[in-house]
Amino acid sequence: MRDQISPDRSRLLVIGNGMAGMRTVEEVLKRDPTRYRVTVIGAEPHVNYNRILLSPVLAGEKTFDEIIINTRAWYEANSIDLIAGDAAISIDPAQKQVSTASGRVVSYDMLLLATGSNPFILPVPGKELPGVCAFRDLSDVEMMLSAAQRYTDAVVIGGGLLGLEAANGLAAQGMKVSVIHLMETLMERQLDPAAAKLLAEDLTQRGIDIITGAVTEALIGADRVQAVRLKDGRQIPADLVVMAAGIRPNMTLAQAAGLACNRGVIVNDGLQTSDPSIYAVGECTEHNGQMVGLVAPIWDQAKVCADHLTGKTTSAYRQIQPATRLKVTGIDMLSVGQFNGGEGCEDIILRDGSRGVYKRLVLKDDILVGAVLYGDAKDGGWYVDLLEKAAPLGDLRDTVIFGPGLTASGAADSGLADLPDTAEICGCNGVCKGTIMAAIADKGLTTLKEVKTNTKAAASCGSCSSKVEGLLALALGGDYEAKAVDSVCGCTDHSHEFVRAAIRDKALKTIPQVMQTLGWRTPGGCASCRPALNFYLLCAWPGEYQDDSRSRFINERAHANIQKDGTFSVIPRMWGGVTTSGELRAIADVVDKYEIPSVKVTGGQRIDLLGVKKEDLVAVWADLNAAGMVSGHAYGKALRTVKTCVGSEWCRFGTQDSTGMGIKLERMTWGSWHPHKVKLAVSGCPRNCAEATIKDFGVIAVDSGWELLIGGNGGIVLRGCDFLVKVTTEAEVLEYCAAFLQMYREEARYLERTAPWVERVGLASIKSRLLDDTENRQALAARFAYAQSFAQIDPWAERVGGLDANEFKPMLVEA
Amino acid sequence: MALWLDIGPAADVPSQGARKLHIAGRQIAVFRTAEGKFFALEDRCPHKQGPLSDGIVHGDCVTCPLHGWVINLASGTAQGADEGQVLKLAVALEGERLKLDIAALSAAAAE
Repeated sequence: MRDQISPDRSRLLVIGNGMAGMRTVEEVLKRDPTRYRVTVIGAEPHVNYNRILLSPVLAGEKTFDEIIINTRAWYEANSIDLIAGDAAISIDPAQKQVSTASGRVVSYDMLLLATGSNPFILPVPGKELPGVCAFRDLSDVEMMLSAAQRYTDAVVIGGGLLGLEAANGLAAQGMKVSVIHLMETLMERQLDPAAAKLLAEDLTQRGIDIITGAVTEALIGADRVQAVRLKDGRQIPADLVVMAAGIRPNMTLAQAAGLACNRGVIVNDGLQTSDPSIYAVGECTEHNGQMVGLVAPIWDQAKVCADHLTGKTTSAYRQIQPATRLKVTGIDMLSVGQFNGGEGCEDIILRDGSRGVYKRLVLKDDILVGAVLYGDAKDGGWYVDLLEKAAPLGDLRDTVIFGPGLTASGAADSGLADLPDTAEICGCNGVCKGTIMAAIADKGLTTLKEVKTNTKAAASCGSCSSKVEGLLALALGGDYEAKAVDSVCGCTDHSHEFVRAAIRDKALKTIPQVMQTLGWRTPGGCASCRPALNFYLLCAWPGEYQDDSRSRFINERAHANIQKDGTFSVIPRMWGGVTTSGELRAIADVVDKYEIPSVKVTGGQRIDLLGVKKEDLVAVWADLNAAGMVSGHAYGKALRTVKTCVGSEWCRFGTQDSTGMGIKLERMTWGSWHPHKVKLAVSGCPRNCAEATIKDFGVIAVDSGWELLIGGNGGIVLRGCDFLVKVTTEAEVLEYCAAFLQMYREEARYLERTAPWVERVGLASIKSRLLDDTENRQALAARFAYAQSFAQIDPWAERVGGLDANEFKPMLVEA
Repeated sequence: MALWLDIGPAADVPSQGARKLHIAGRQIAVFRTAEGKFFALEDRCPHKQGPLSDGIVHGDCVTCPLHGWVINLASGTAQGADEGQVLKLAVALEGERLKLDIAALSAAAAE
């Protein structure tokens, strides 16, 4: 790669390895990858990372690796020389040279200043004490995280965007946090007093003390900071003080080099400084008297600057009023434009105190000029778009406060469809609707991940992911459905239904046979279709099909659930959630013997042993088997658990023996494989303590019998069960259950839970075939029982007996 | 220079499967494809260090069990939109036994 670069290419030197500088380099490479030989000087010893996401790193929601923007491989692939951890100390514009702290001298043809800003440190006594830091770079975050482990009290000085994100992160790390703010309300540059008050209440509820209208006088401490003293004499205990009282453009180098500077390095519309060979972008700049501190305008600068560096000198940078969001999980807010109103402005305000929602739209001459949304900012993009259009609202004015859902042509998601191509979807990376739609069309993108990779939309904070998915659905329409849902996977265009019918009608009995007969495009399929085919064959040919363990996900191959560190969790079956002292003793012994680090009770009333090494699984099972326990199948697309309440045996309100019913159901259904996991529950009275109304098959006892419920789910999308039928005997409960599960096994698509399946085929269809057609119901139940006669073998005992021994031990151990 | 280590009978690696090896403090995975080809990679997905030896083998690829990254066994490179590289080791079939070139391990350790 490097060899292809002609030595006489111009040299572009970038001072600053941050987001603004590297985005400009990316934009330059996008326009003309061979124009420059690029060298980057960065004071921090890291590759370029997403500074905006330091807040989630501090809150423990992301790791440093996850916020890296450009890896070393990226610098290498683009032949960029990265000088990291060596700060630039002077510029000689006459010689066109830059010197670094280590004595290096680098020549340039074009120089780009992206030196960013420095945190403003209050000039108060004690500011140098250990335990005082800013919130600016990774070393600050590391210091805050290590302080959070050892100390308890933190004070954040500054109640703006950055300070509040720091406070939230420290609170999430377990510290007792106080925020000291000079002004009377929080985030006064983004929020009006009403929204600020709601924010203060939310933060207080999270345990953060908010002290407004407070002037910091001194930091007190001997070897380390111990407290913050306010002007009114109050002292706030502090083992850690974070200064987040604003930023100052870093223009030391530029000033020393004689470039025109005011509050920042002065740039023209082309981001050029007073020296025509020197450009500047980002937080170090001042353009028309304005500074930038948010990412969206900086991305605009990067584009314009790259235009000029590659010869397109007509492009001009214009300040926009960027929208602000607070990156605090659970707090939804947006502020844009002249949110505080002003002369000649009117307000439209919506307050919903009990939901904690406040929306204020500021209008001038019937044009939207500002907005504050708090508690519900999902329509933020739409308002930002209206604001940028700057057109009179007209009739829209009546309903504009309720968002696009009520205003447009009626469809709930018409908001996205109605947006113009110029509407910004991803605020972090400045990607507009037109760019995303074009990428989807031109490059044939079909997934969110592909859109992220190709356009960078949703690739920073991710809060616009749902919009990007909406655009995918919009662009692909019927095709999106066809591609994402209908065909089994990329290896074939056949639908799940077609494949299942072919297996049955053509008597296909192995995976290779299915692939061959139906013209699979790939040899050996993929990790999506193979498990599906394995299940379809198993379901079609019980007792005959030889299960292909190599087409099962590791959990179903190792009969335990893989965890993030590669260890496994083991859950023994406890029939109906009932256990004994003997079983508990055996579990306790296993935990001690194999040093299992974690034991937890699951949502399905079972005991979960977490962190078991793969090599120990067989021995663990042998010990559990010896105490009479078998696999709980808590790892499989299989019958998981039957959750019960205590029922009439103990409960004052119980009407039937729900525990006994649950045990009978579990004895009947255990070991059954399904398209997805299946959970059952039995409650002994309508109080429903076993939560049977959100299960795949739920049973609720009433005085006169049992109510049967189907298709519930408490997962990602909450769905309450549909009522199927009320029956009077236990035998009927068992028969309906078996018939329902068999219908699900035979008809649902692999990885489709009962809830979406019931919605897809319709409750009426299921009812007519289960309730009205007795013969069909009994035939389904009989097929279930037949399949179960081969399925109810404890997989743990089989492996304790030696099956698949190679799965559990390394082939070679060499020190 | 290659450094060949005998790691055992080829028959011990299941078709469309993998076995784990612990060598000098490193975890290595040896794979066997449906076509009977053998490959060896470090047993760490470049995404979140998932054990590739526990993945599903299809064609000349393996799908990581943790988050579904697909790694090409011949090159060690992540497929599709994901970017990443797994340390690849040469493996050779001699008669009925497998040999693994562990030179790359010491080179990687010396970095």
